Amino acid sequence: MSELLGVPSQVLFGQLLLGLINGSFYAVLSLGLAIIFGLLNIINFAHGAQYMMGAFVAWMLLQYAGVGYWWALLAAPVVVGITGVVIERLLLARLRNADHLYGLLLTFGLALIIQGIFRNEYGVSGLPYGIPPELAGGRNLGFMFLPNYRAWVVLASLTLCLATWFVIERTRLGAYLRAATENPTLVQAFGINVPLLVTLTYGFGVALAAFAGVLAAPIYSVNPNMGADMIIVVFAVVVIGGMGSILGSIVTGFALGIVEGLTKVFYPEASSTVIFVIMILVLLVKPAGLFGRAA
Amino acid sequence: MPEAAVRVAGGAPATAPLLAVRNLQAWYGESHVLHGIDFDVAPGEVVTLLGRNGAGKTTTLRSIIGILRKRTGSIVFDGRETIRMASRHIAQLGIGYVPEERGIFSSLSVAENLVLPPQVKPGGMTTEQIFTLFPNLRERLSSQGTKLSGGEQQMLAIGRILRTGANLLLLDEPTEGLAPVIVEQIGRTIARLKQDGFTIVLVEQNFRFAATVADRHYVVEQGRVVDMIRNDELDANIDKLHGYLGV
Ligand SMILES: Nc1ncnc2c1ncn2[C@@H]1O[C@H](COP(=O)(O)OP(=O)(O)OP(=O)(O)O)[C@@H](O)[C@H]1O
Ligand SMILES: [Mg+2]
Repeated sequence: MSELLGVPSQVLFGQLLLGLINGSFYAVLSLGLAIIFGLLNIINFAHGAQYMMGAFVAWMLLQYAGVGYWWALLAAPVVVGITGVVIERLLLARLRNADHLYGLLLTFGLALIIQGIFRNEYGVSGLPYGIPPELAGGRNLGFMFLPNYRAWVVLASLTLCLATWFVIERTRLGAYLRAATENPTLVQAFGINVPLLVTLTYGFGVALAAFAGVLAAPIYSVNPNMGADMIIVVFAVVVIGGMGSILGSIVTGFALGIVEGLTKVFYPEASSTVIFVIMILVLLVKPAGLFGRAA
Repeated sequence: MPEAAVRVAGGAPATAPLLAVRNLQAWYGESHVLHGIDFDVAPGEVVTLLGRNGAGKTTTLRSIIGILRKRTGSIVFDGRETIRMASRHIAQLGIGYVPEERGIFSSLSVAENLVLPPQVKPGGMTTEQIFTLFPNLRERLSSQGTKLSGGEQQMLAIGRILRTGANLLLLDEPTEGLAPVIVEQIGRTIARLKQDGFTIVLVEQNFRFAATVADRHYVVEQGRVVDMIRNDELDANIDKLHGYLGV
């Protein structure tokens, strides 16, 4: 067996891949949080629950309606996104002028309620969700074995992140979004429907989380706590990247997944804390985050 | 004061005004800032609001465009009462606003800033026509909006509302802090816009500049319109105006 840096290459690349997978989820989830925070000034604590809902909707579609993975990948974000739109219109819209602590508390409460309902209905043991047959198996790359589904997760996440970045940075709709993030009052005074933009943005951010949830369903078991476990790390990612920075959240998401993977190889004891250690260091040196602008 | 205000409003030209403001009162939270603003602007007129710092000129413009929601009285634009409307609906009637702080977006390029405000009516300028007015902008299209000089930012702030088809322009101190050559350029632009049929409400501290472009001047003092002076009678009233402005 060949070795790299004193570690069997199979192990090294295996952990790198695992890191990249986690990084994909971090990136998609923190991207959604960043977009929502930018425009709504709300730290969406329900994001983890919405990611979990995405996985559950995929599972339910299969269980109760026989709808498979590919359609679920489309339908679950739409369904969960619509619940986001309703939440924004009914609840968050009332907090528009309040301190963002209120938004955090409200979405935190929502997360607890949503998780509670799912725990009540489905227990915590986890429900299986199979890998779609088209993506079963894998290929031997010589230096490692690459499961097809995992390659797909990385590819799909990366594509989604880049597409979102493109829309925000390079299109007219994106210009509205950036402008409204900076100065919603003035954008409104130009005749643009900012409240609608805000609602759709929240819905889209939530849909991103649900998309990640569907991607995750075949990898992790579908269970009510999957979001709560994930979201704590994602918040650390967001803090490191800089709250509200689009590109920052994407790059930081993937990078920290890889850092985590490498830590598992070289110093496994620290693998579950390394992201938080980095967070503390970044906060000490650059409180606005690596890509953030000082407030 | 109320009688004076009525008399002032009565002094406007006989054509039906494009903008008629009556007993406009406005608040920032609990703080009562406008106590009864009255004035008219006829179609195609350039009218200034003059007054000392803190008189309420900016607040008047904010109330007209609807950014300041806590306001009472009457604002009729083009025959429509707007006092209860949200700012985006007011803008859609055809009012373009250039805020005192210019409001150039730093996360948008110059080109993106220029095309941000959507068309609200037909008949707006083309970007080509805007570049003829402000040639500097053409050279800087891909720059970050806030990387422009102060004068260029002001041109961008004016240019971007000329595309939209708005026929009433609210300009809040467009010459503030700018070099004399730029002030001259802005002056020529306003004269040109007037020729093109735009109606303009101009807030100014610099009445020497205002005198070169305006038809009439309203004097604002402590949240009220206290006087109206026609531009052709400015010389006769110069001492009175100095008194109002404390210069
Ligand atoms: N955001 C605000 N909150 C509370 N009070 C305000 C606010 N903005 C302005 N004011 C107050 O309202 C009054 C009118 O202010 P406004 O900005 O309309 O004056 P202005 O005539 O435009 O003055 P300037 O020539 O300095 O621009 C002032 O007393 C000011 O202190
Ligand atoms: Mg002012």
